[in-house]
Amino acid sequence: MKTVYLDNNATTMVAPEVFEAMRPFFTERYGNPSSIHTFGGSVARPVTEAREKLAALLDVSAAEIVLDSCGTESDSTAILSALATTPDRKEIVTTRVEHPAVLNLCKHLARAKGYSVRWLSVDKQGMLDMDEVRSKITDRTAVVSVMWANNETGVIFPVHEIAEIAHEHGALMHTDGVQAVGKIPLNLSSSAIDFLSLSGHKLHAPKGIGALFVRKGTPFAPFILGGHQEGGRRGGTENVPSIVGLGEAARLAMDNLEDERTRVKAMRDRLQEGLIQAIPSARVNGHLESRLPNTLNIAFEFVEGEAILMRLDDKGICASSGSACTSGSLEPSHVLRAMGVPFTCVHGSIRFSLSRYNTEDEVEYVIRETPPIIRLLRSMSPFGPANLDSACTVQ
Amino acid sequence: MWEYSEKLKDHFFNPRNVGSIEDASGIGEVGSLACGDALKLYVKIDPESETILDAAFQTFGCGSAIASSSALTEMITGKTVEKALEITNQDIADFLGGLPEEKMHCSVMGRDAFHAAIADYRGEPPPREALEGELVCECFGVTDQQIRKEVLANNLTTVEQVTHYTKAGGGCEQCHDQIEEIIAQVQGELAEKKQEEARAAGRMTNIQKISKIQEVIEREVRPMLQHDGGDVELIDVDGDTVTVAMRGRCTSCPSSGFTLKEGIEAKLKELVHPDLTVEEVTG
Repeated sequence: MKTVYLDNNATTMVAPEVFEAMRPFFTERYGNPSSIHTFGGSVARPVTEAREKLAALLDVSAAEIVLDSCGTESDSTAILSALATTPDRKEIVTTRVEHPAVLNLCKHLARAKGYSVRWLSVDKQGMLDMDEVRSKITDRTAVVSVMWANNETGVIFPVHEIAEIAHEHGALMHTDGVQAVGKIPLNLSSSAIDFLSLSGHKLHAPKGIGALFVRKGTPFAPFILGGHQEGGRRGGTENVPSIVGLGEAARLAMDNLEDERTRVKAMRDRLQEGLIQAIPSARVNGHLESRLPNTLNIAFEFVEGEAILMRLDDKGICASSGSACTSGSLEPSHVLRAMGVPFTCVHGSIRFSLSRYNTEDEVEYVIRETPPIIRLLRSMSPFGPANLDSACTVQ
Repeated sequence: MWEYSEKLKDHFFNPRNVGSIEDASGIGEVGSLACGDALKLYVKIDPESETILDAAFQTFGCGSAIASSSALTEMITGKTVEKALEITNQDIADFLGGLPEEKMHCSVMGRDAFHAAIADYRGEPPPREALEGELVCECFGVTDQQIRKEVLANNLTTVEQVTHYTKAGGGCEQCHDQIEEIIAQVQGELAEKKQEEARAAGRMTNIQKISKIQEVIEREVRPMLQHDGGDVELIDVDGDTVTVAMRGRCTSCPSSGFTLKEGIEAKLKELVHPDLTVEEVTG
């Protein structure tokens, strides 16, 4: 059976070009870029080139990029650095819908380190209230951390505008850009954003490589101390093959930005329309416009997400769910609950996330296979079809 | 990704007895939409023989909730009410070839639905309501009596386990201290009961004693040691002296003497007989 992979917000396929670019750096050019000998030193050049390609995608200078191991490391580095360099400020402003990499770090800083975290709420469409943003950022704020785009719903936040507000109060601005990089244009050169986290495996590079953009002039305290690598900003021998892979992935992403905006978005929109038309009591979670072009979070009322995913999996379709039962925790998605999505819909929320490697045929296949699954599970549910037209209508 | 058994997957993909029974003798309902799973169980009982003739279910829930419901209907059909009431949540999990611990509440839901259906058949109030007690977990509406019941039935020792079996504590986590207290209380009562059993064991025959020692080593000691890459083998029982051989990593472990006395001997004293001593085989 063919696999239809619609879980690209979880991770992506390594692009064949990326894999080819990495290949020589395992068994042939395995040197350490810090070495004096030519064999090692000659891999410094590809590392530099990769950094330049990534800088081009972000529209920043290569010196502003710190290569590291993952999005989570970038998030921790940025937030902890901001706190370390502004010791007289004890407040953090962030949203209730951040990825656990930021959410749990902030909770920890509040619980164990005495920081005060001011949480920003979202409305039913998953959008921030800019008046609340303005009121919560103050002269006591050390750092504002707001994700560029939400991993579950794809909702995009106005991070440039928030960065301006942060700077008005002398606070630093971090954004978790893990889901946004490679999917939408970032225009960082004309932005006030100080830090941006990204992760290779979300844009067709391998897992285990990430980067942090640190704006020139932004005070910085390293997270991992050690050697002189990354200009003393992050110790540890460079992960040369993966860095080369990330550079190639960045180049491809730049070439394909238009494709994301048009073809990928068209497939996502077709999927959305096809499912909404075929399945009663289904609704989209998240703002319909201010949203990543590849993400569709859709709620099917009166059925539970894991059961849907298992049956989709049986048809070779990979997606994910905001349901409690898939995560091992009992609480359904903190993102959907923060949006006030009714319980009847939260448990049956499914995220489809596409990439440029998906095809229209795959989308049609999912549109064909999903409705019978929902119908079947609903027929087994004690919360009968009598209620199907009530609680949970399309917004 | 959950590691579901083939049998569980079979019951999920090909659920038995889905639907309702028009003239059901009893209907049991547990769970709610807000909680993320709910089960409505219908049973048809022959009033003469009190045999369960038919069972059907409707479930809103995850893969293991649907499979547990399906398994339950197979397990109770053909049994007398009395026999079927003996089915524990662990029996449902075992029938399915095991459940991930995080999913044990699905088996609890199955058992509770059946007990509710029988209460309905007998014209009694639903057993969950009978287990009123004090509300501990506000997020999932679980009372201290319900928590006590599962701690006792499944020998639970941590808050996490209680959450897996009852859902209590799985939301805002504010009741975790209260759950800790209930566990400590019930475990205290259990320990007392064990000691009572151990005193009774003073009147055991030799063969009973040896098989009890064997059972305790298998159930309580070996899994603990194997977790750290070690193992132990029972060699001999002479009067009150138990001789064992340490295996695996235990042979080279500097703290194996401690394990012998504080671990194995303490367990055997507690669970079999307070006069037992443990020695390691020499040579």
